[in-house]
Amino acid sequence: MAWETVIGLEVHVQLATRTKLFSPVSTAYGAEPNTQAGMIDLAMPGVLPVLNQRAVELAARFALAIGAEIDRHSVFARKNYFYPDLPKGYQISQYERPIVQQGHLDILLESGEIKRIGVTRAHLEEDAGKSLHEDFHGLTGVDLNRAGTPLLEIVSEPDMRSAAEAVAYMKKLHSLVRYIGISDGNMQEGSFRCDANVSVRPLGETRLGTRTELKNINSFRFVERAIIIEAERQIDLLEGGGQVIQQTRLFDPDADETRPMRTKEEANDYRYFPDPDLLPVTVSDAVIEAARAALPELPEARRSRFVEALGLSAYDADVLTESRALADYFETALAAVPGDAKLAANWVMGEVLAGLNRAALEINACPVSAEALGGLLRRIQDGTLSGKLAKTVFEAIWDGEGDADTIIDVRGLRQVTDEGAILALVEQVVNEHPEQVAQYQGGAQKVLGFFVGQVMKLSKGKANPGQVNALLRKRLDS
Amino acid sequence: MFDLSLTETAAALRARTFSSEELTRESFQRIARLNPALNAMITPAEESALAAARAADARIAAGDAVALTGIPLLHKDIFCTRGLRTSCGSRMLDNFIAPYDATVVTRLAEAGMVTLGKANMDEFAMGSSNETSFYGPVKNPWDLERVPGGSSGGSAAAVAAGLVPAATGTDTGGSIRQPAALCGITGLKPTYGRVSRWGMIAFASSLDQAGPMARSAADAALLLQAMAGFDPRDSTSVDQPVPDYFSGLGQALRGLRVGLPKEYFGEGLDPAVARVLEGAIEEYRRLGVEFVEISLPNSGLVVPVYYVVAPAECSSNLSRFDGVRYGYRADSPVDLEDLYTRSRGEGFGAEVKRRIMTGTYALSAGYYDAYYLKAQQLRRLIRDDFQRVFEDVDLIASPTAPSTAFRLGEKQQDPVAMYLSDIYTIAANLAGLPALSHPAGFADGLPVGLQLIGPHFDEGRLLNVAHAYQQVTDWHLRRPPETAIADGV
Repeated sequence: MAWETVIGLEVHVQLATRTKLFSPVSTAYGAEPNTQAGMIDLAMPGVLPVLNQRAVELAARFALAIGAEIDRHSVFARKNYFYPDLPKGYQISQYERPIVQQGHLDILLESGEIKRIGVTRAHLEEDAGKSLHEDFHGLTGVDLNRAGTPLLEIVSEPDMRSAAEAVAYMKKLHSLVRYIGISDGNMQEGSFRCDANVSVRPLGETRLGTRTELKNINSFRFVERAIIIEAERQIDLLEGGGQVIQQTRLFDPDADETRPMRTKEEANDYRYFPDPDLLPVTVSDAVIEAARAALPELPEARRSRFVEALGLSAYDADVLTESRALADYFETALAAVPGDAKLAANWVMGEVLAGLNRAALEINACPVSAEALGGLLRRIQDGTLSGKLAKTVFEAIWDGEGDADTIIDVRGLRQVTDEGAILALVEQVVNEHPEQVAQYQGGAQKVLGFFVGQVMKLSKGKANPGQVNALLRKRLDS
Repeated sequence: MFDLSLTETAAALRARTFSSEELTRESFQRIARLNPALNAMITPAEESALAAARAADARIAAGDAVALTGIPLLHKDIFCTRGLRTSCGSRMLDNFIAPYDATVVTRLAEAGMVTLGKANMDEFAMGSSNETSFYGPVKNPWDLERVPGGSSGGSAAAVAAGLVPAATGTDTGGSIRQPAALCGITGLKPTYGRVSRWGMIAFASSLDQAGPMARSAADAALLLQAMAGFDPRDSTSVDQPVPDYFSGLGQALRGLRVGLPKEYFGEGLDPAVARVLEGAIEEYRRLGVEFVEISLPNSGLVVPVYYVVAPAECSSNLSRFDGVRYGYRADSPVDLEDLYTRSRGEGFGAEVKRRIMTGTYALSAGYYDAYYLKAQQLRRLIRDDFQRVFEDVDLIASPTAPSTAFRLGEKQQDPVAMYLSDIYTIAANLAGLPALSHPAGFADGLPVGLQLIGPHFDEGRLLNVAHAYQQVTDWHLRRPPETAIADGV
């Protein structure tokens, strides 16, 4: 039987606020345990939460970016359960009235088709602390630095049909939240975490199968792998006459399997009810306008502009808009050579990305600044540098030798475009290789390349290759 | 010294008839004499009190004093006091020294009041007799065999017995007004949001409100003045200016229309209490007040709605007491579940556990709609009742409690009978309205309170009306027999 996998994702995004969702304590990562836990985070008797308005603005910005509705009176609710890293014994979250409702995100499938994935809701909630089970001799340590950190939980519709689609959605979301500046998206630090709801059904069936929830997956690769093996597990189960049990499972990448979490967790009745310490969250027109003003040009719009106004290919536009930083880098470099988007794109996607990849650096840390690349592109465009020399200059900029013009002067790399000088070299090469001249004139056109190579070599790469080519033809064909 | 009103004490302090330090020392001596029988104060703070008194004396000498500067005070032990045990009347917090001050504590300290210590209370403010305290019951100074009411029983008894001229209380379903009535003092529960809840240990967050407990409405006005006001640390506090309650006193009552809800004067009200209230109403008529009968048709829903909403909120609010970070922790737990169940099982008393269980049930999947959601809907009906009535009358007058102080142990085994002692006070909490109880006379030698309920933020009028009554009556000046208390240990 043919099976179809149905996937919905719940992604927890840590919002880029300076302080926690309900307390004025720093959210900075990596501090000594429990040094960033104030009285509210510790749930001292008598303390009260006060909502961080910045988190509301960031959620509103996200809503605008995915074409969602903003609930003008969303409600915080308490999710009650006991755990040592949950100091109040409840998590403040949103339940029946989330702040963001009904948006969507478009993903590019491998087929080149665009698929729209529904976003059911996104709600604000506070993170729990961390339980540390090692290093305490059988006891558990609790670090409450993370307790109260603002999260936006983004819940998709079960619209994805393969692990690849799920990863495409997750990547798209990851890129978007960084693009619009609501999260640093740092997956190692837990700023972007994913739960996947997976079910299978016979192809053609419209009802959903029983789903399992794969908890806390923190990389794109693991999400893909976890979904694939969970779907396989469910199919095997059903084909063997068994049934899928609705449960929460954990993906173990080392064992390459999913395992049920303790069933006790699932018996939880969270007893949600509106938090009486907090009023409904009023989102004013002013907040929405501010969010709109803070919203950069979105990747979709930027991508279209790159294709339509700059004449880039769809592929190039996709690569260049993958992150806001990369797109900004490209546009800054392009400003030095207006109208030559293809040149700028080739250099950014070629030398720049390859260099970053080799050095394992992010675009923000690129040793060649966008302005420096622009300076280089300007010298390529005006013919000062040949493509080959340009690469040498690029490497020199990368190594910190200065900007393009300085390097060209210091190293004497200015391209030779003087026709007389090139012609002299052409004469020399033709005279030195009578055998090859005969071959060429006997019809072996490809020998031209040999002559070009010889002339370039004599010029130490500085001769303009176009001119060399033309002058050689002229000389040999005459 | 101990018979003076707040204003008289303030005048005496300013005239150097006695200093705040002398008053504080005398107060501790009086406490040493009377408190053993009353058990009203559970945590003294003599050292810090004397320091505060000396600072107050310096302020008075420098001409920098306000009305409350140098006046002794007890805080209900539900308010966090920095460096001082804050137990909430529970074994759970018997070892808890608060690391910060509640906003109410800060404000009264800034006014220069001298905190003598912490007042006994029902455990986590759950109770109407002060018998659920881990520190033992408080005795009513008018009759040591009787309860002072609750949950602010320690505050009420301390003020009635003259241990202090003023105390703070909190009121979730009547916890200021009912003990004020049973002890013969004046207590005010302000409008929800008028006084900050920051640092006040939560029982039921949507109902809790702090307020003053004092001998007279005038004294209560001075206290409320200092307590009230917006606090950015409490999202439910209301950003509205605080009127000058004290200078608002003294307005004539002629033309005032007061409603008497027929549901509050029927079955269940002790006839002796009813007779006393008739006398008070007669007195008010002589002051020019017009009384009309009104109806609050949803009054029958008040107690059931309250006993869903309050336990539901409390079941969640008290989850933080888990033995992990502070407070009581069971000895050598074998695992996490054992840590939780024994710490909470041993740390909480029976009434607290009863309410946590009730509330947990009301919020459970499958019961939420039938209980919690339904209760919220009915709460709106109850609020609407008041809104309608206030289109016709300025205030509502009623009994504060259905009977005078009952005997210790009398209702302890019967939670429902105990819950009914708040039958007239709960509605104001559900509707968020300000309400005041003032002494209205005596039945069989025990004080009777009259409750006034007003529209939102009409505390000024409540205080003015009670003050006018206290200008022509002396019930609030009556004192319980001191020797009986001193000998009662």
